Amino acid sequence: MNLPPFQRLVDQHARALHRFLCGMVGPDAADDCLQDTLLAALRSYEGLRHDGNLRGWLFTIARRKGIDHVRKHAREIPSSSPPDQPAQPEAVRDTDLWDRVARLPTKQRTAVTLRYLGDLPYADIASIMSISEPAARQNVRAGLASLRKELA
Amino acid sequence: MSNIADRIRNLPSGDHTGAASHFARRAIEEGSARVAYSAVESPIGDLTALVTPRGLLALAFETDDLDRIMETVAAKVSPRIVRAQSATGVVRSWLDSYFDGRPQPVPGLDRSLITPFQDRVLAATAAIPLGEVRTYGQVASLAGNPKAARATGRALGANPIPVVLPCHRVVAADGSLHGYAGGLDRKRLLLDHERAISV
Repeated sequence: MNLPPFQRLVDQHARALHRFLCGMVGPDAADDCLQDTLLAALRSYEGLRHDGNLRGWLFTIARRKGIDHVRKHAREIPSSSPPDQPAQPEAVRDTDLWDRVARLPTKQRTAVTLRYLGDLPYADIASIMSISEPAARQNVRAGLASLRKELA
Repeated sequence: MSNIADRIRNLPSGDHTGAASHFARRAIEEGSARVAYSAVESPIGDLTALVTPRGLLALAFETDDLDRIMETVAAKVSPRIVRAQSATGVVRSWLDSYFDGRPQPVPGLDRSLITPFQDRVLAATAAIPLGEVRTYGQVASLAGNPKAARATGRALGANPIPVVLPCHRVVAADGSLHGYAGGLDRKRLLLDHERAISV
């Protein structure tokens, strides 16, 4: 299958990838992770054999970058606002929710962010995470349940 | 309390476009992008310049089908195409000088989209002095094939680097403008401009 111009993939998917990475590593580190994701994708783009699901391929790379980043910065808790920043209305920033998503166990965080920030179907989530589709659904359910409990 | 899934969906995440353009710059610096492009303003409308490390690969008018051009480039040159202002500076300054009436020697070109016959035809047009025109038959002769006026017309019509490789300097034997990929208005503007700056 012919590969489209790489920039077309960037224009179509960069926003969703960025949102996904915000959930994985927090909004502050998402910019760097997005750049690293796109560079890694571009480097291996030529000669790539694909089944038509280039979006899934990009998210697979983004997931790896996100997990690598979290491992490297395991001791820091991702936060979208420094403590001295004046508080903004919840509706505008909802930083609490970002932080809580970021603190979910890796599998749940990945599944929840792929589903609701990356806006991907469960089939793609399963293939990106190398798990079954029921397992992908289960991780999303468990993640949501845990968030619901914490925020209640 | 609102639905938790909806709250996640509506989380504000800030702008991703800065990171996307940083990526493009880094991709060019490290050489993993093979083709870069950006829009360039000009008196004949916005142009899109596509460049490789070898030079200018293609120049598109705003009336061209950019998607189709990108697909051709992806298939024939490389799909590693990114959008970046920084890569097209040389083309931008060449066009600025040209439209300011200070034409410069042809900049470095990447001829990957040009066939050998087309290359001879385009070289012949580049030899036409500024402010002058030649007929398709004359250019065919200059390209070494006097009987190939029609093929010459096709080669000119498919010129991937118009303006810089001046296929607009070729007109019909009766002096009419005949045709131009960018439209006859642009051809007229370019020829008027060149007549004005050559005196």
